[in-house]
Amino acid sequence: MKPRVLVLTGYGINCDYETEFAFQFAGAWARRVHLNDIIDSRVRLEDFQILAIPGGFSFGDDIASGKVLANKLKYNLALELQRFIGDGKLIIGICNGFQAMVRLGLIPAFEGDYGAQVTTLTFNDSGRFEARWVYLKVNQDSSCIFTQGIERIYLPVRNGEGKFIPRDESVCQRLWHNGHVVLQYVDAQGSLAHYPWNPGGSVDNIAGICDETGRIFGLMPHPEAFIFRTNHPRWTRENLVQGEGLAVFRNAVQWVKDNF
Amino acid sequence: MAHRIEVGFKENMVDALGVSVRKRIIEDLNIPVTDVETIDVYTIDAQLSPEQLKMLGQNLFADPITQVFTCDKPQARGFSWLIEVGFRPGVTDNVGKTSTEAIEDMLKIKVGTVYTSRQYLITGDVSREQVEKIASGLLANQLIERWEIRSIEEWDEERGMDVVLPKVELEHEPQVLEIDLDIGDEELVRLSKERLLVLSLEEMKAIRDYFYASEVVKGREKVGLSSRPTDVELEAIAQTWSEHCKHKIFNALIEYQENEKTIKIDSLFESYIKRSTEEIGREWLVSVFKDNAGVIKFNPDWNVVMKVETHNTPSALDPYAGALTGIVGVNRDPLGTGRGAKLIFNTDVFCFADPYYHEELPPGLLHPKRIFEGVRRGVEHGGNKSGVPTINGSIVFDNRFLGKPLVYCGTCAIMPAKLLGEASHLKKIESGHLAVMCGGRIGKDGIHGATFSSEELHQASPAAAVQIGDPITQKKMSDFLLEARDLGLYQTLTDNGAGGLSSSVGEMAQLSGGCEIFLDRCPLKYEGLDPWEILLSESQERMTLIVPPEKMDDFLTLAKRRGVEAAAVGKFTDSGKFHVFYDDKTVAYMDMNFFHNPPQMKLRAKWRPPEHELPHFEEPEDLTAILKRVLSRLNVCSKEYVVRQYDHEVQGGSVVKPLVGKGNDGPSDAAVIRPLLDSNEGVVAAHGICPKYGDIDTYHMTACAIDEAVRNAISVGASLAHLAGLDNFCWCDPVQSEKNPDGEYKLAQLVRANQALYDYTTAFGVPCISGKDSMKNDYLGDGIKISIPPTILFSVIGKIEDVEKAVTMDAKNAGDMVYVLGITRDELGGSEYYAEHGFVGNNIPKVDEQAIRMYQSLTEAIGQGLIASCHDCSDGGLAVALAETAFAGGLGMNIDLAQTPTDGIKRNDTILFSESQSRFVVTVSPQNKKSFEQIMKGHVFASIGHVTGDEDFVIQGLNRKVVIRANICELKDAWQKTLSW
Repeated sequence: MKPRVLVLTGYGINCDYETEFAFQFAGAWARRVHLNDIIDSRVRLEDFQILAIPGGFSFGDDIASGKVLANKLKYNLALELQRFIGDGKLIIGICNGFQAMVRLGLIPAFEGDYGAQVTTLTFNDSGRFEARWVYLKVNQDSSCIFTQGIERIYLPVRNGEGKFIPRDESVCQRLWHNGHVVLQYVDAQGSLAHYPWNPGGSVDNIAGICDETGRIFGLMPHPEAFIFRTNHPRWTRENLVQGEGLAVFRNAVQWVKDNF
Repeated sequence: MAHRIEVGFKENMVDALGVSVRKRIIEDLNIPVTDVETIDVYTIDAQLSPEQLKMLGQNLFADPITQVFTCDKPQARGFSWLIEVGFRPGVTDNVGKTSTEAIEDMLKIKVGTVYTSRQYLITGDVSREQVEKIASGLLANQLIERWEIRSIEEWDEERGMDVVLPKVELEHEPQVLEIDLDIGDEELVRLSKERLLVLSLEEMKAIRDYFYASEVVKGREKVGLSSRPTDVELEAIAQTWSEHCKHKIFNALIEYQENEKTIKIDSLFESYIKRSTEEIGREWLVSVFKDNAGVIKFNPDWNVVMKVETHNTPSALDPYAGALTGIVGVNRDPLGTGRGAKLIFNTDVFCFADPYYHEELPPGLLHPKRIFEGVRRGVEHGGNKSGVPTINGSIVFDNRFLGKPLVYCGTCAIMPAKLLGEASHLKKIESGHLAVMCGGRIGKDGIHGATFSSEELHQASPAAAVQIGDPITQKKMSDFLLEARDLGLYQTLTDNGAGGLSSSVGEMAQLSGGCEIFLDRCPLKYEGLDPWEILLSESQERMTLIVPPEKMDDFLTLAKRRGVEAAAVGKFTDSGKFHVFYDDKTVAYMDMNFFHNPPQMKLRAKWRPPEHELPHFEEPEDLTAILKRVLSRLNVCSKEYVVRQYDHEVQGGSVVKPLVGKGNDGPSDAAVIRPLLDSNEGVVAAHGICPKYGDIDTYHMTACAIDEAVRNAISVGASLAHLAGLDNFCWCDPVQSEKNPDGEYKLAQLVRANQALYDYTTAFGVPCISGKDSMKNDYLGDGIKISIPPTILFSVIGKIEDVEKAVTMDAKNAGDMVYVLGITRDELGGSEYYAEHGFVGNNIPKVDEQAIRMYQSLTEAIGQGLIASCHDCSDGGLAVALAETAFAGGLGMNIDLAQTPTDGIKRNDTILFSESQSRFVVTVSPQNKKSFEQIMKGHVFASIGHVTGDEDFVIQGLNRKVVIRANICELKDAWQKTLSW
């Protein structure tokens, strides 16, 4: 049976179609579901093995990006989410979805506390929305399921609040120590570098983190926007086989097949 | 009582907004501030306990990592000056709206409105006068915002700012007035002016004649109305008959005089634009000039829909709100076409004055840099927040755009060719169907927008015409509508734009033959609106749905589940009447025929070709320096600063991006996207715009714009057989009057533009499917008149069968051959090169209708994969196209100018910078040389050099001497630096 993916939509989420497509292309059965249909129990989260919170501008980024969506989940679906995580299922949050997960405390979730915010995503140092492609290095010490077998990946970022900040030095150390850090922005040669390589000015160039189990993953760049080789900004001049983002979704689908 | 929650950044955190505001104060206003910090203020109109406030601060308003909050206690300390900026009453406050929703979701109680404002804490040795300038010149727009200033001496750390609740409170009992039209001509004219009707004497007389006709009087008696029209009727007519809605100039009877010969033109639109499309008549034309947007076939199962609009006047008054409303407004056109379509991309083209303009500004006008930044940010928010990629655009500079900036916004959408078994592009309405208003509520915003954009900008232009779009309300609504569409919950739909309900229901009523509208059933933002205001309001984010009564319950249920407001406000009839009620009383009752048919305007046009001074200068010694100067010119330089702030990738179908090449920073000619992720078929979007040639002749200007659009589309691989056009005219007032003494000439310019549009669209086989005009782009203030240069934007939308065959403009490999396709003539008139020398000239580029044959061959060569790169030659001519191809590819070039096909040009600079049309720079790998040349046989083209592996860009001149030698990085730097803010 194909793994079932719930792709969240509504309230200004806007990468839902391509996220649904990416999962389908990777071999899953994916369905876009409006947040209210989960809150109204028309659709049950427990019927799915993967939850995707796509990118977009939920609630217009008003107050802070992802904040109001996070609250909507927290005050309406906290139990369902805890159960979903407790059942050993997968969650991926991309861009605005990552912002919401961080504010909700779904990641890094130290000590399995999936409700405490210890990191944040805030305004890019440039003060601007940044639409550009970035090179990413995968932390090989991370247990993230979505990035297994990937060392480097090239993806677009498109955000105004993509600067990752841990609460303090101890949180930062712990992120590294326990393998929460999944992705870092690097330059074309693979070395840590400043703007524009690290477009928001993230601490330690962090672009994506996961929980301790590696099942709950959030990242600012958009893997669903690099499914085809023709998405690459230089596909007409470089020999490419397929989109690098696809591997992220294939990993998730394969893991569910192996574990459920 | 109301509470204030203030949110600021922690000491050690970067306040990115503060940093960028500081930079702009220093750079744009030249005021030496040392530091700027910001504090966000949420004023909550509700009774809340300290615990509740604390919870909101902690869990909603402040980020626990980066921010600190205070409740009912000011935070500001240690500044020199504090400016607090908030909205004026009635202005859309999107963040406030979201805050209300979020608080109610958290506390599970109803709260009143939340109002947002922001404090700017400025440190530095600056005077109050300078602080005033910062507030009015950068941070706030007095039309929609209020501000207060405190010096540190005036600051009370305990009390802080007063609590301000910008509530709309209208102590007004709604009323309907009757208006006596049995008055003299002068009084009719005055009435039109006083009520902002913008109707001519002839139109006022036509209205009077209608209402006083005996059969009309009799009919009105029956519904309880007198022979005097109500204000509801008069306002509705004025709006429906506005230039904006009825395009009276494009439909006028024109006497056009040229060389003592006079011809009569009965409607420019019918004679040139529509006729061209009818004569071209492609099988893939699905719905043209009928609906809110044009529809063409994409493949057997899908159609694409496109519309381009302008939003110039609102953008002049408040650039951010104007442009934001422009983009979300044009989004509703394809959304409201046929049975509704899903948006797939936006385009944007702006025309501004020099952002470095440093002379004194006429009263009431904003500085061009402020306009630029505001418009850029408006389109950024409108596009990005809606999840629609902005994939193609331009910025054109000319100081006459001080008078009015032009903001063109385009949107393309896709819809299934059939929905539940029926053609999706058709609109059918039956008597008895309900009119349902959906999305936002009605307020006073945007009243008179349609009539107001039909006159010139002046110092007293009303602020009510400025609205702030709300992309999220609209996104929620459009998600809902697509869902309802697929479930068949409504019949059809249309956009509520200019003219509000009067226009949307009134126009749809033509399909059934009449309508009834019940104004007291419309959801309002606040009480106190007169009936005519409810009917005419242009409050944003609203669509009008046509719902069969039996579907109404299901429709409303789904709307509720999606958090979208909807209410039945009327029904369609076959009575032949536009019938409006308020509190069960008839307030408007007019024949549909009269309501939709204003009298035809009669105008005169006279063409006299202008004579510009003949440019006289020797060929410059240092052409390398000249090339760099041309590359740095505003109309040529890189627009990456803007592009990087627009999401051009969302929806996952990006194929050819606005920036391409080795460093992802070369200038793409056109965009390609894959709208259906499971197919390799692509949509191509491109455009042409060149107002600079209009100073010589708008006929050739239009030909050049069409050619440029087609060239751009072909450059990336669009199929010529499947290319449709959209025409957007922005003109200065072409109606002769006392205050507009050269109206006849401007109208002649318009006639000539239309003639060229007909000639070249038919020659190229590119039919127009939709268009729009904006005819009053002038400024009048303190005796100063600024008219924009007549400008036509020609957008094209096309298809590429296989996106894998698309080509980009960057040179690919060392050793590739460099070709120029097309002939170079001495056509420097209106060029960037002449402008750099301070001339206009007269030798304007002319387009050869036969160019289409070469385009077909080029398309074939691209389809066969023979082309490594293809770049069109436009602003700055061959030299710029070659340089861009080289530096975008990160490769050098060796060019022999003597090989360029010309009509006998003797000067290097003329060959390098002439802007002759229908030319391309193409690179081809040596192995494809033979096949490529075989295909191009019979056309004018030549190999003029090759791509090199080093970084040297070298051009050898006619006399065999090197005339240009530069490192490509230097050239790129010259091209990038102008707008690298």
